[in-house]
Amino acid sequence: MATLQIRPSGSVGNGRGVRAGDPHKVGCVFDSVLVANRGEIARRIIRTVRRMGLRAIVVHSEADAELPFVAEADEAVLLGPASPAQSYLDVSKVIDAARAAGAQAVHPGYGFLAENAAFARAVVDAGLVWIGPDPDAIERMGDKINARNLMEEAGVPVAAGTREPVTDLAGAVRAAEKIGYPVMVKAAGGGGGIGMGVAHDEDSLAKAFEQASRAAARFGGAEGAGPAILLERYIERARHVEVQILGLADGTVIALGERDCSVQRRHQKVVEESPSPGITPELRARMLAAAVRAGETVGYRGAGTVECLVDADAQDFVFLEMNTRLQVEHPVTELVTGLDLVEHQIRIAAGEVYAVETRPSGHAIEFRVYAEDPKRFFPGPGKIDVWEEPSGEGVRVDSGYVAGNTVTPFYDPLMAKLCVHGATREEALGLARTAVAAFRVEGPKNNLPFCAELLDNPEFMTGDYDTGLVSKMRQAR
Amino acid sequence: MVANVWKVVVSEGDAVDEGDTLVILESMKMEIPVLAEDSGVVAQLKVAEGDVIQEGDLIAVIE
Repeated sequence: MATLQIRPSGSVGNGRGVRAGDPHKVGCVFDSVLVANRGEIARRIIRTVRRMGLRAIVVHSEADAELPFVAEADEAVLLGPASPAQSYLDVSKVIDAARAAGAQAVHPGYGFLAENAAFARAVVDAGLVWIGPDPDAIERMGDKINARNLMEEAGVPVAAGTREPVTDLAGAVRAAEKIGYPVMVKAAGGGGGIGMGVAHDEDSLAKAFEQASRAAARFGGAEGAGPAILLERYIERARHVEVQILGLADGTVIALGERDCSVQRRHQKVVEESPSPGITPELRARMLAAAVRAGETVGYRGAGTVECLVDADAQDFVFLEMNTRLQVEHPVTELVTGLDLVEHQIRIAAGEVYAVETRPSGHAIEFRVYAEDPKRFFPGPGKIDVWEEPSGEGVRVDSGYVAGNTVTPFYDPLMAKLCVHGATREEALGLARTAVAAFRVEGPKNNLPFCAELLDNPEFMTGDYDTGLVSKMRQAR
Repeated sequence: MVANVWKVVVSEGDAVDEGDTLVILESMKMEIPVLAEDSGVVAQLKVAEGDVIQEGDLIAVIE
């Protein structure tokens, strides 16, 4: 079983007697929440929904019928076949399911429809409460070019890059020459690191442009309109540091500290930690202030994340993008702040006005346990024969599977998130070593051996690492 | 590894060089290009877009 250890926060509230740890009914606005997601995040959201005394409804595909999140919900509605397009990505099927089950609110989790403004609008139009930011905020931040321009206007630093969508290779070549190589090439409407590529010269730019265009086509764009591509100056030896923000119901935006997500493979995160070992208190203060400004610019409500790239040597940063949803790695912030972010999303969506104060404590690290081989990180779905999670003081596991389940190739490879929380980074690393060794998964290929390898890596241990760490580890082999 | 054939890049009869992309597989939201291991002509193409294939399945024959 997964253990969710969210400690009640001691200092939440502004004299109205509201405490984050208490079971808290928002029944005056809604008494049921449909979770439009799957796997570990559906399970994690269900846990908070039920703790708050609300009814949890999930939707699922045929392929996921046996998974724990379906059993743990109060009600489950079958959407259709395994293919995401015919299940979790089908807006009308999800809305119909919400209506059929009598749901009054919708939590989208992350991925799938979470940053789809049309879905958010459809939820609102169906008379349901959308647990997320205003659809307009999703739209304005969803287009990476638009978001960049918006942030620049708001005085948030951005990297040199294209202010208009680049639609063909010739345009990309011109832009890259102006910006200066190396450049990062990505789809304006993309996400999750998919289709992103670095180009060091005109030759590699052609390849990166084609890859990003393919991703752009998959993320959907106007038919025949050509791809909308963004080019940005690529910062080598950068750290990926993001700020968790919370837009409260009264319009106040607060920052809940940062997460360092520099351990990445294929531009996708593997390990996240808070606080970042690579920024000074002065830089942290500047980043948090910029993230609050970013949220205020779009009238942000609920939980969101402002992603930045940090030049550790220069102790400077640029805005990368904003994720208008709950983040995979949100447990890191929960462990350090003692807040349950899903609870706050729900209360804010319910219109509850209250203040949030936190006293961050200790150091938290999250390891994403992926169904992939630990050497080349290729997908390794399969049936789970053995699944034994570590537990104990300072250990939290959010998982989507139990022994006997099958990890299918239809969805992303995240099986579980192993999180540790210690008084210091050193203590957290010690907890992580024990927990990684105690986590037993047999059946699908998994990256736990990589996590163990990382915990022996001198750069990771000292905290002096950047987004190039994983490829460096693989080249050194 | 189980994967879907997401895109078939070549057709039977095409001349390919070593390292050319033949098909692009997709598993767990990841694109996995299958490259020609030799130069030659695509004699047979054993998969179509949308097929679900397993590790060890024959994808194409290059002569």
